[in-house]
Amino acid sequence: MKASAFSYARATSVVNALELLVAHGDRAKVLSGGQSLMPAMNLRLISPELIVDIGELAELRGIAVRGDVLSIGALTRHVELQRSPEIATHAPLLTEAIVHVAHPAIRNRGTIGGSLAHADPASELPACMLALNATIVVRSQAGERRIAAGDFFTGIYETVLSPHELLIAVELPVARRNAAHFFSEFARRHGDYAITGLAAQATVAGDIFTELRLVFFAVGDRPVLARSAERLLNVRMTPALLSDASAALGEELEPQEDQQASASMRRHLAKVLLARCVSALLGRSDLNAGGPA
Amino acid sequence: MTAPMPISLEVNGERVDAHVLPRLNLADFLREQLQLTGTHVGCEHGVCGACTVRVNGEIVRSCLMLAVQMHGASVQTIEGLSDSGEVTDLQAAFRDRNALQCGFCTPGMLMAAQDLLKQHAEPDRERIREHLSGNYCRCTGYQAIVDAVETTARARVGRRP
Repeated sequence: MKASAFSYARATSVVNALELLVAHGDRAKVLSGGQSLMPAMNLRLISPELIVDIGELAELRGIAVRGDVLSIGALTRHVELQRSPEIATHAPLLTEAIVHVAHPAIRNRGTIGGSLAHADPASELPACMLALNATIVVRSQAGERRIAAGDFFTGIYETVLSPHELLIAVELPVARRNAAHFFSEFARRHGDYAITGLAAQATVAGDIFTELRLVFFAVGDRPVLARSAERLLNVRMTPALLSDASAALGEELEPQEDQQASASMRRHLAKVLLARCVSALLGRSDLNAGGPA
Repeated sequence: MTAPMPISLEVNGERVDAHVLPRLNLADFLREQLQLTGTHVGCEHGVCGACTVRVNGEIVRSCLMLAVQMHGASVQTIEGLSDSGEVTDLQAAFRDRNALQCGFCTPGMLMAAQDLLKQHAEPDRERIREHLSGNYCRCTGYQAIVDAVETTARARVGRRP
């Protein structure tokens, strides 16, 4: 289908974009890369009256390291994340995850800010933000708000962003010594939305996790930081311990059922990913008891 | 603002000035206003890849871009790549390897395959599949397409196909 009629404004600055958002409220939609917004409009899932195109706001582009903080502008495209040496050094989880985000032609346009504001629970970047303990920076005419990734996503395509706010950047703590990461997802076709996925960031001391953030996606209405990971902290890993954590994960997750997979299939796949993740991060092939997918 | 807006862009090396409604996507603009019908419209929501074109040198889904966003941009379509001879060998390989049947996906496949070959001189089959993963073909089963891209890559680096 084709998008229904709308008006179009090319924002000339962040200030100008915010003026437009205040004037039009929830009748306006921000166009960044358009790779989620345009399909939704073409399918007539949404029909905004005004499109505010922020695509030319150079002030929202770029990746920079300041001290312990890696800052990524909202308009940074997926292809730029993929090729960035700063990202590869300081947030390698993102480098690994980004190739699972759609296909090359879409990564050439899609932006990190757009993906996070869109908040599809099956998409990779929201989960990575949660795993990496990101801070999401949003601006309104009243000033700037800094929101922990864990508080940002509130439901399917829902976030705490108000219609008057613009997501302008994300900030990540740079990877510390002994940091380790894992990313994997199951999808029907390479680049499709995940049926179940896992983004994990850990700190490993010898063969023990001192920190473990396991974020599952496509298993709920938002990315899920697994509480059951706490069972695996500061203790020498055994198959029995992993099995307990796996059972606890199964209890904790409440996956939805859709045409792609049943809830129990998603729960099973999440457990498989848990076992693969722990096994890979600790270099313990004996722990990979998750079995085949 | 729902009235037509002026845009000025370059399409296949030629300057184009036009007035477009904001809702008009780039694929429809190319097909209906410029009669460049090599760019195909399949799913209209970014899944099938039939509408793949180059904008400022990078492949994009033209169904997911608005014509008004193209102000100041340089667009290349399959007609441009075909006329310049840039993909002549790739097209020949598609013919030789039976990498098309109905041909609906072929312009998008060629755009995506050429994009890969510009970035990687000798991609392996897995890499080819990954790069073409966003392009649906309902006829060939993909094997022949991967063959054609692989053959072209080898020929270009001067090896025997």
